[in-house]
Amino acid sequence: MNENVYIDIVVAVFLLIGTVFSFLSAIGLIRLPDVYSRSHAVSKSASLGVLCTLFGTFLFFLLADGYFSIRLILGIFFVFLTSPVVAHLLNRAAYRSKVELTEESVQDDLKEFLEGK
Amino acid sequence: MFNQILVVCLFFLALSILAALYRVIKGPSTPDRVMALDNIGVNLIASVACLSILLRTHAFFDIILLIGILSFVGTIAFARFIERGVVIERKRIH
Repeated sequence: MNENVYIDIVVAVFLLIGTVFSFLSAIGLIRLPDVYSRSHAVSKSASLGVLCTLFGTFLFFLLADGYFSIRLILGIFFVFLTSPVVAHLLNRAAYRSKVELTEESVQDDLKEFLEGK
Repeated sequence: MFNQILVVCLFFLALSILAALYRVIKGPSTPDRVMALDNIGVNLIASVACLSILLRTHAFFDIILLIGILSFVGTIAFARFIERGVVIERKRIH
């Protein structure tokens, strides 16, 4: 009984950290001014949030049931691997299709590089 | 107590899915919309994980992996479409 309470506390802490990070990334998705800064908010903190949530799920089933799930480990590994790749490709596609930066931005090195080519 | 915490987690995930849905509807450019749809997929993965703890079953873990792979492939296809206009390029025989 006492052990179960400790397991629940650890799992609940992981799940709350993960969901709060997802919620913060959603606030960034609403409030930030242009597509590049929104992508910066979404790719990092949403992937960290889902990694914490999946790790909490993995710990719950490992400690409470004794069930070692290789599928959850594969899911964690896959999300960790593909989330930066998706952000990179979307930013590249946005820049190549000439989505404007926000007006407060002061420096655009890639534009000079692409025009000087 | 633990079930209430899980319901609170699901509530936060639903709020972030709603925020991403706002960005899908309003977003000024196409990459914004694709990025918000990818964020919805990631939040769905976390929701399925919370729901499988809430129901105390491990029958949904395949779904987590499947949503991850499908969201990745769809977003890659959309990024290629935005950048080049085609998803799969044909190779010409000279």
